Parts: sequence; structure tokens; C-alpha cells
Amino acid sequence: MTVSSTVAPPARNGVRTRPWVRFGARRLGRLLVSLWVLVTASFAMIHLIPGDPVRGALGPTAPAELVAARRQALGLNDPIVTQYLHYLKGLFTGDLGTSLSSRLPVADVIAQRLPATLTLAVLAFVASVIVAIPLGVAMGVLTRRGHGRRTELTFTTTSIVVATIPDFLIGVALVYVFGVRLGWLPVAGNDTAAAYVLPVFSLAIGPAAILARIVRVELVGVLQADFVRTARAKRLPARTVYLGHALPNAVTAALTLCGLLLSAMVAGTVLVENVFAWPGLGSTIVQSILNKDYPVVQAIVLVYGIGVLVVNTVVDVVLARLDPRSLIRED
Amino acid sequence: MNRRWSRVVRTPLGLTATVLMAVVLALAVLGPLLWDAGAEAVDTDNIMAQPAGAHLAGTDSLGRDILLRVLVATRLSIGLALLAVVITVVAGLLLGSAPLLVGRRFGRLLSAAVNVAVAFPGLLLALFFAVVFGVGATGAVMAIGLAGAPAFARLTQTLVAGVAARDYVSAARVAGVGRARILFRHVLPNIAEPLVVNATIGAGTALLSFAGLSFLGLGVQSPSYDWGRLLYDGIGVIYVNAAAALAPGAAVLLAGLAFNLFGESVAKALGVSTGPRVVRVGGAEPPVVEDTRATPSDVVLDVRDLEVVVPGQHGPVRPVRGVSFAVRRGEAVGIVGESGSGKSLTALAVTRLVGDDGRVDATRLELLGHDLRAPDTAVRQRLLGTSLAMVFQDPMTSFNPGRRIGGQLAEVATHHQGMRRRAALARAVDRLAAVRIPDAATRARQYPHEFSGGMRQRAMIGMGLMGSPALIVADEPTTALDVTVQQQVLDLLASIRAADDVALMLISHDVAVVGEVCDRVLVMYAGRIVEDLPAADLAGSARHPYTRALIDAVPDMTTDLTEPLATIPGRPVDPADVPPGCAYAARCPLADDRCRALDPELTGDATHRVACWHAGEPLPARHETDELVESP
Amino acid sequence: MSELLFEDVTVRYGRTTAVDGVSLAVPAGEIVGLVGESGSGKSTLAKAAVGLAPLTAGRISLDGVPVPTRGRHRPLQMVFQDPYSSLDPRMTIGESVAEAMPPGRSRAARRTEVERLLDLVHLDPASAAALPSRLSGGQRQRVALARALAADPRVVIADEITSALDVSIQGAVLNLVRELRRELGLSILFISHNLAVVRYVASHVAVMHRGRVVEHGPAARVLAEPSHEYTRELLAAIPGRRSRS
Repeated sequence: MTVSSTVAPPARNGVRTRPWVRFGARRLGRLLVSLWVLVTASFAMIHLIPGDPVRGALGPTAPAELVAARRQALGLNDPIVTQYLHYLKGLFTGDLGTSLSSRLPVADVIAQRLPATLTLAVLAFVASVIVAIPLGVAMGVLTRRGHGRRTELTFTTTSIVVATIPDFLIGVALVYVFGVRLGWLPVAGNDTAAAYVLPVFSLAIGPAAILARIVRVELVGVLQADFVRTARAKRLPARTVYLGHALPNAVTAALTLCGLLLSAMVAGTVLVENVFAWPGLGSTIVQSILNKDYPVVQAIVLVYGIGVLVVNTVVDVVLARLDPRSLIRED
Repeated sequence: MNRRWSRVVRTPLGLTATVLMAVVLALAVLGPLLWDAGAEAVDTDNIMAQPAGAHLAGTDSLGRDILLRVLVATRLSIGLALLAVVITVVAGLLLGSAPLLVGRRFGRLLSAAVNVAVAFPGLLLALFFAVVFGVGATGAVMAIGLAGAPAFARLTQTLVAGVAARDYVSAARVAGVGRARILFRHVLPNIAEPLVVNATIGAGTALLSFAGLSFLGLGVQSPSYDWGRLLYDGIGVIYVNAAAALAPGAAVLLAGLAFNLFGESVAKALGVSTGPRVVRVGGAEPPVVEDTRATPSDVVLDVRDLEVVVPGQHGPVRPVRGVSFAVRRGEAVGIVGESGSGKSLTALAVTRLVGDDGRVDATRLELLGHDLRAPDTAVRQRLLGTSLAMVFQDPMTSFNPGRRIGGQLAEVATHHQGMRRRAALARAVDRLAAVRIPDAATRARQYPHEFSGGMRQRAMIGMGLMGSPALIVADEPTTALDVTVQQQVLDLLASIRAADDVALMLISHDVAVVGEVCDRVLVMYAGRIVEDLPAADLAGSARHPYTRALIDAVPDMTTDLTEPLATIPGRPVDPADVPPGCAYAARCPLADDRCRALDPELTGDATHRVACWHAGEPLPARHETDELVESP
Repeated sequence: MSELLFEDVTVRYGRTTAVDGVSLAVPAGEIVGLVGESGSGKSTLAKAAVGLAPLTAGRISLDGVPVPTRGRHRPLQMVFQDPYSSLDPRMTIGESVAEAMPPGRSRAARRTEVERLLDLVHLDPASAAALPSRLSGGQRQRVALARALAADPRVVIADEITSALDVSIQGAVLNLVRELRRELGLSILFISHNLAVVRYVASHVAVMHRGRVVEHGPAARVLAEPSHEYTRELLAAIPGRRSRS
């Protein structure tokens, strides 16, 4: 195939503004659409449940007048469009409804429980990245083409095994070892700094294994790339070839995975919090589902969803800054 | 097909995984049949017992044996997971292949919807669906099944798009084959393997997700029990009897591993991730044999008995088998050959760019008098970085896409010429202008993708000119370019040569290009040079049958239109399968038994060398009959 | 024998115009060469003719009747450039060729027809049972030709069919193209960027540049005495045409 000989785009200053504007507009558009889908889905969630949510929350023995009154108070008898608009309005004003079991404003519940989940997720993500990227890079260098086949096999198998173990199982095992047997570290609550160790480890280890594996594969792949051959042809010192050319491109590819991992970690907090009795949104949502306290469930799903969307958007923007080609790539 | 699946079992990993899978599946089928009664046996005298004697994992709060319950729970756990995977695969396949059936507009809408859903992690989607479908096994199956669907749909979409872009699908469309038939006959069979692998891994994931949901209390409800439910019960009493939680935990882990490892082994056996099973080219460095003949001082590159060995599927392969030539100052030498001739590897070998898995041997390999076979030193690197310029074939991938062009040129000066960054960048701009790139200062601050193909090749040449090269090695530099752009690049090379007396080594499959640009031509076949002659003699005085056949086979603007085009029967030699004797014998009309037994040496005088037992002999007249009927 | 006619054809993708008001005729039983560099629109024009690219404006007709781009009856067939992508790796040669045949034939009739077609392109009929992986690039292109012929076309479009082949093999395929025209009276639109190859097979030549036809006429005239600047540029750029310095 011949490459186009038509005139290249006219030269202007380095990073041109037009692609950024178009990219920003596209990304923002996608974010808004996704947000709208999320909000609508969380609204629809309650209305898809068969049966009466209020009856479900109050139990089968509650008097009919109480159920009816509660339904009226929650606006559940209004036409669905009205309820939807009311819901949207509530979101903009910060009113997320009232918990069916505790009668407290849901927004308060969220505000109280969110920080614990957030710190857990962020710490686990940072720990994961700090461990995984250097490890993956080191492995990539050791197992580049023509080297370290046995190392590759050991490393890949280990990382698959570690990644397969679900975070809550690791949590349970750690609770057993460090809580039941050794009693070295606390296994419930987030009162002390030491209490963070086991939950963060449980949450971070699986994603770290996956990330390290991907970084290795990417680095090995990049080392085979034409432009690395060019860098070698320029007889640049090995350090420059690796750090200046290979690594940035490998990490860029791994970055897309970071976004996914952070989202998965947000989900992982649900399980880990339940293992370690962590006072976050994860334990709350499970209780609420079992109690059929739907406004709370709805709000937490919304919070998780927004978190995931924000993370994905940030990753996309960072990626665009690092890899100029993704600015013009239509997704 | 079966051969490749059996490759799975041959690796230790694959074998372990297969055995584990078999055990798990056997337990799922047989478990309840064998141990259902025992698992249900309530013994209120012996509740919450520690592991001992008859109860290897202790008992639960009703005195039931935990180990037996774990074994029996296999069926429900695996069954639910498989059911969920079936939902995932069906939903994912439908969503992923629908765009092919419903057309462009609607298909794009579907893709966008899937992309939005994929952003959300599976567990969240599972929770969402769990709320809708309700707590319990049925709800959980639906939840996990649908939660995995977007990712599977995205995978299917990508695979389908890859196949749909292939020409055989286009050909079927042009022939009028219906969309549905194309999907079932062409697309699905060609994506089946990666889909099955991912479905297997998906089963593992579903299993683990199910354990998670049940563990939270949202999945299987009493009195049914799966591993997750047992975990849920167990963690409550972990301080009393740890085995109550560890036993089901271990079961989940082993089963999950079985699925995942099996999927990964199959992927490795069927896929192309690490290439064919390579036999490593081992051996210590061979002793450096000195070639003591004096080198005339105007020789830039001196190569004798160059050999390259690379690992292959069935043992080491020698794509380059004894190549000797020299390039003088200012001279343009062309290397021409078809696929399998070894010409590109020769270029890489003389410039010390063959990868770590290949080995390069030569009795002499010198650039400007420096021995290139010696281990790398800083001095040597600087020499190569400034006196040797490389131009590669694909301009699109030869530059680092994430860095500006100017910086990539400046690197040469900062590392080898001791310049500071600003001076180096200035020189880079100067060199870009020297290769006739307009608006060089602005262009230097641009990224490679903002350059056209021809401009990128010129920038590559400019990068080589950062030093003062004595030799430019260009490997198929214009193959990927349009013919008018090609002319510009070749003109540029010619002017550089003329201005600074720079030697050129041009590798190409295009005899016409080589004939126009070069003073001398080396014709390669199956890793050897078969003829070394002045370019002017190509058309009339070539003496090797292959060279002449090659010249005859290429149509030009004066080819006789009344005759069929000359062809060379057979195919170029596969480097892994070189026959004894002269490699060209199978296709040569002059070949006799001596040719098939003995490989001719490259002999001749200073201006013209040939490797042929019948060099210069007249070729038989071309037949007027039909072409040979070809068999696979 | 049929004439393929492009009348004022325009193909637009979003904001880019790939083909801009092209009018071209492939006379019955003739080979017309279509030359141009990348971005000229020659491949897009071909794709529009067979329905693989949208026709924004204009008309493409066969003997006056618009070329059908749907349905089972397709009198216009195409052979593609990449021999390694043009055959389904999981179907035997025979199955690939038979798929393009119009429906309504018995199994035995199809098998006989496959053998006849393979023979026509000088391939051993026994190779009908082989998978594409056993064949070389040149052999695959012959199969692709046989498949195109299986649909009983009146016109065949060859899109850079020898560009990906080794030099020593491409001659055989080009000879075959000439032979098919001679023996079957097939009209062929032969697309290539290689002027020497086009000169060898085609009786008429059209030159495209940036979506437009800048020159067309008998091959002998266009390639020996070009009247358009771009044609002259193309001819001058052919390696070996200029005296070496």
C-alpha cells in the first residue's frame, strides 16, 4: 500500500488548539450522555423491581394505610415522568431522597460513608501502581525477545494465579492469618493506620498482578517496534532507548488499563469492606439491598457510577496529553 | 485443529489446568450423587467442631460436615456459573454481531451503547441487576450473566470488525452473499477460537463473581448452598472454626484457577502472542578469525563471509549464508532480491541491528576500518551514530509517535556530538531544511503523524545527516511511497551523495530503482550473492540465469506487447528449507546434476562476479505453449 | 460482452470527496487501465461500482442498466489486492470459488464448474480440496480470479492484483489476465499504480489525480504522448526512464 502523497496539514505552532477543542467537546459529550444514562438507569432500577418497593421495605405485616401514606409521601403515585423530573431536580439540589429504614436523608448517609470508601480505593490504587509498573518494566526488560523464557513463564503464571484469587478471598485468608492466628493487625474498622494495611493489600494485589503483566507485555512489544529500532540505529545508549523511547510508549498503553483497574477497584471495595467491616459505602449498599432500602441503593449506585465515569474521563484526558495521536483518533 | 488443541496439554501449565478442570467437572457431576446424604446429615451434638477425625474441615452450626458440603456444592457453584456465562455469551454475541446485520446507522448506536455500559465494572452492574431481579440464585444468575455481556459484546465487536474488514468478506458481499450467511459462514468461524477462550475465562470470572455475590448474602439463599453461601456462613464463625471459611474459599480458588489457567493455556497454544516455538540459537561467541588482507583506504564498508543465524520453528535458520562485498567512498551499491533472499537482514547485520535472538558471524566486518565484530564501546557507538545513516522502509512507524520530530533528530547531536540541547535543535532544523522540508522550524516542533509519508522519509534522511555520514544504508526506503514521491526521495539521496561523497547501500526488490540509482548491483538469492555487476550491465550483460530472468520478468515501458511476460516457475526459496547445491536450480532452465549437488562460488574479476556453473550461457528460447499448471 | 459506464460519479465520505465527477467507459471486451497514486480515488471508484462504497452522485451502469449492488445476481465482480486476505482461511479453495456461483445448481454441477474454473486459471483441479494456507500468493490470486469468474460476470475489476506479489510471479498473473480477455471476451477495469504493468495489459488508460480523471485515451497514445501535466509527471517518475547521473 502506498502512503498518501497529498499535502500534509499546514504547519502551525506545536500542539495545535483545534484538535484539543474537538477532543474536549467529544469527550464532554460522551461524559454527559453516559451520566444521563446512569441517572436514568438508577431511576429505572427501582421501577423495574417487581412488586411494591414500599411494601417490600415495610414488610408484609405493615398496615395498608401506612404503606399507602408512605407511597403518597414519596410521590410514587405520580405519573412516571413527573417522578423522573422530580428525581432529576433532586439530584441538582443535592436531595437524594430519604432512607426507607432509617428515615434519614440519603445525602447524609452518603456523606458520612463516602470518605472511608474513597480513601480505601485511592490508597489501593496508588499502592497497586507503585508496585506494578516498576515490576512490569523490570520483567519486560528481563524477558525481551530472545531472553528469559523461563522467567516469563514463572511470572505470567504467578500473575494469573494472583489475579484469579478474588479480593474478598484474600481478605478472608488475611483475616484468618493476621486476625485469628497471629493477631498482629486489626481486621475490622478503620480506626488506626494499621487497620488500613490488610484491606488495602486485599484490594490492591489482584489489580497489581494484572497491571504488571500488561506492562510487561507492552514493554516487550514496544521493544520490537520500528521506532525503537531507529533509536538503536542512532546508537543511543541503552538507558536512553529504554527510558526515552520504549518506556513512555509502553506506559501509555498501560494507562488505559489503569482507568479500568481503578473502576474495578471501586467495585472491589464493596466486597472488601464487607470482609473487614469497613465503614464505607460498600457495607451500606449490601445492607440496603437486603433491607430493600431502595433510595439508599439508588444513591450509592449513582455515586459509584459517577466515580467510574470521572475516572475514565480523567484517564482519557491524560492519555491524550501523552499520546498526541489519540487526539485525532475517532473512537 | 486437533493438533493445536493437543499442544495445550503438552505444556506443564496446560496439563495442570486440564487436570484441574477435569477434576472440577467430575466433582460437579458426581459430588451430590456420592455425598448428598452425608452433607445433609445433621448432628446437633457436634456443632461447630474443629477439624478432626471424621470431619476433616469440622462441622457447621447444625453439625453438618463442612468438607462434604463443599464437595457437594461444586455442582451448584459450577452450574450457576456456567449458566451465567451462557447468558453472557449469547447476549454478548447478539450485541456484538448485530451491527453487521442491521447496517451502519443502527450499528453505531449499538456500539455506543455497549461502550457506555463497558465503562462500568461488572460487579456494579451485577449489583444493579441483583436489585432488579431480586436476591437469590435466579436473580444472581441473570445479574452476573448480563453484567458480563457488555465486555463480551465489545470483544465480539472488535473481532467481528477485524474479520469484516478482510477482503474475503468483501468478496462475498460483492458476489451477493446475504448478510446472515456471511455472519455464520465467514465471520463466526474465524472468531470462534478467541471467543471460546474468553468464554472459558469468563466462566472463571462468573464463578468468582457468584462466590462474591453469595458471600455478600445476595446470591444463593438457604437452604440451598453454593461455595459463596458457605463462605458467608463461614466468615461469621471464622474465629471458632477457620476451616468453615477456608475450605469453601479454597474450593472457589481452585475452580476459578482451573477455568482461568485452562483458558490461558488454550490461548497460548492457539494464539500468536509469543510466536512459534523457537529453538534458541545458543553457543558461545565464535573465535574472531582475522582476515589479514589489507583494506584499501577508500573502502567504507568491508564485509567478508557474513552469516546470520536466527531461531526457527524446527531449528536454526540461516537467512544469510556467506555474503562478501565492499562499498567504496562515494559509491552506490544496490542489493536486489525477492522475499527470502536475505537482503534486508544483510543490511541489518552489517549495521549491527540484528536483534538479540539472532547471531551474526563474519570473517571481516569493518566500517571505515573499525572492526564491527568487537564488543560495543562508546567510541564505536559514536562512530556508528555519526558516520552511518539508516533509512528504513516504513516511514509511518520508524519515528517515535509520542515525541516531536525535532527532538528525535536532536538526540543524535546531544548524545554523539556533545552539543547542548539548543544547539542540537538548531542543527536539527538546519538538517530538515537541507532535506527540503518547507517551513523547517515549525515542522521540527510537530509530531510524526503530522508529516506525510514522503516528508517522514526525508526527515529520516535528515536525521542521518545530523552527523557527517560516510555511508547511508537504505532498506527499501521508497517501497511504501508513491512513485512521484519516490522520485523526490531518490533525487535527494543523489544530491547528498554528490555533495559530500557519501556512499550508499540501497536495498530493494525493485530492479528498476536499483538500476537507476546505483553504480553497482548485488543480486541476492536464498541468502547468497549470485551476481555482482555494474548497474549499466544489468539489461544487457547479466550472466546469472536468475538475474536475467528477473530483468526479463519485470515489465517496463518498452516490453514487447505481443509476447507473454517472462515468468520464473516455482516460488522463491524459504530460508528454513534451502536445498543442497545451488538454491536456484529448481527454477533454472540450465540446471544439471552438478548444479543440484554443488553450490557454485562467487567468482570473477573486480568488476563482475557470478556464482553459477553455467554463467553466461544462452538461455533456452521461451515456450509458446500454455503456462505450467500449478499445484499447491 | 458488456460496457461498463461511469457517469459523473461522485463519492463523498463525510467532508472528504474521494471521487469527484468521474466519467469513464470500459468498452465491451476491452481492458481499461486506471492509474493513479494514493489518494487519487481509483480504489474508491471501484468499490463504488461493486457496492462497497456509497455512491453520492452519478450513475454506474452496465449496458445502460444500473449495476445492481444488492441481491444474488451480480454481473460486476472484483479481485482484490492482498492475496493473504482474499480467501477465507477456513474454507477450501473449492468452497470459496463455489460460494460466488449463482444459486440453483446441483452439487455435482457446482463441483464440475469449480474444476472448470480452476483449469481456466491454470491451477490443478485437485487443489479444490486444499486450504489457502497451502498456496502461494500468486496461486491465491488465481483462485480469487476463478472466484470472480464463478459469478458469471460481464465485467471484472482488478484492484492492484499484482502489487503485493513477487516480481517473478506477477508475470504469470498478468499473462492470465490477458488470456482471459482474449478467450472469454471479458471487459476488465485494471487498476494499478504501475504504469509499465498497465501498458502491458490495457488497451485504454485513464489517469486519476485527487478524485478526478485528468486524462484518458488509447494506452499507446497516453503513455507515449501525454497531454496532461500530471501524466507527464507520473511517466517521468518511473525509475529507469531518466538518464543516470
